[in-house]
Amino acid sequence: MTTLLDALVAFLIVLGGAFALIGSWGLARLPSLMTRLHGPTKATTLGVGGILLASMAWFPLHSQEWSSHELLITLFLFLSAPISANMIAKAYIHRRFRRCSAPEDVETELPAPPGEGTDWATFGSSKFDDTRTGRP
Amino acid sequence: MIDIALKIALACVALAMLLNLWSLLKGPTAPDRILALDTMVINAIAFIMLFGIFADTTVFFEAALLMAMVGFVSTVAYTKFLLRGDIVE
Repeated sequence: MTTLLDALVAFLIVLGGAFALIGSWGLARLPSLMTRLHGPTKATTLGVGGILLASMAWFPLHSQEWSSHELLITLFLFLSAPISANMIAKAYIHRRFRRCSAPEDVETELPAPPGEGTDWATFGSSKFDDTRTGRP
Repeated sequence: MIDIALKIALACVALAMLLNLWSLLKGPTAPDRILALDTMVINAIAFIMLFGIFADTTVFFEAALLMAMVGFVSTVAYTKFLLRGDIVE
């Protein structure tokens, strides 16, 4: 039984390492940022999840007591990875939009803070086209 | 068996971090570099967990948790600075 569980833990560890490597390889190899986002957000997160599962199974097996740290790390990573990917994609779209509208001084220019009345970092403002309430 | 698996996985994650470093140096725009740094933090968490299993101690869990939080917050801060030109409005 212990041998079987050890084999399972070893399999999960190798799987996690392989998925982390695959995700980083995709990040290094794929052509543009929108395709490059796929590697880290899916494969690397899955690899870290496998390693955390292995750690969660391994420490109670070998005379250490179970701790909830791995569960917390898993929860936090799986919650935060889509959010950060969404933010990076948003930043990329906005920079590309600015590059199309103003081809010069692309790298140095930063957007001015829009101030009151604008929505949070999107092209349109939901204040003015809210379809659910129908207000103007 | 666990020893061999740990060594394979540690080598894989180290190679993955080297690849991340290369795409951090290469990345043509700022969002590429932010993505490379974010991936590097996730790989560092995996490395820390593997090293904790390797050293048979649970003291590295706090470090991994802290790295997860700091990595997420710094990624959001970088992208927010690119989007708005300001972090705390």
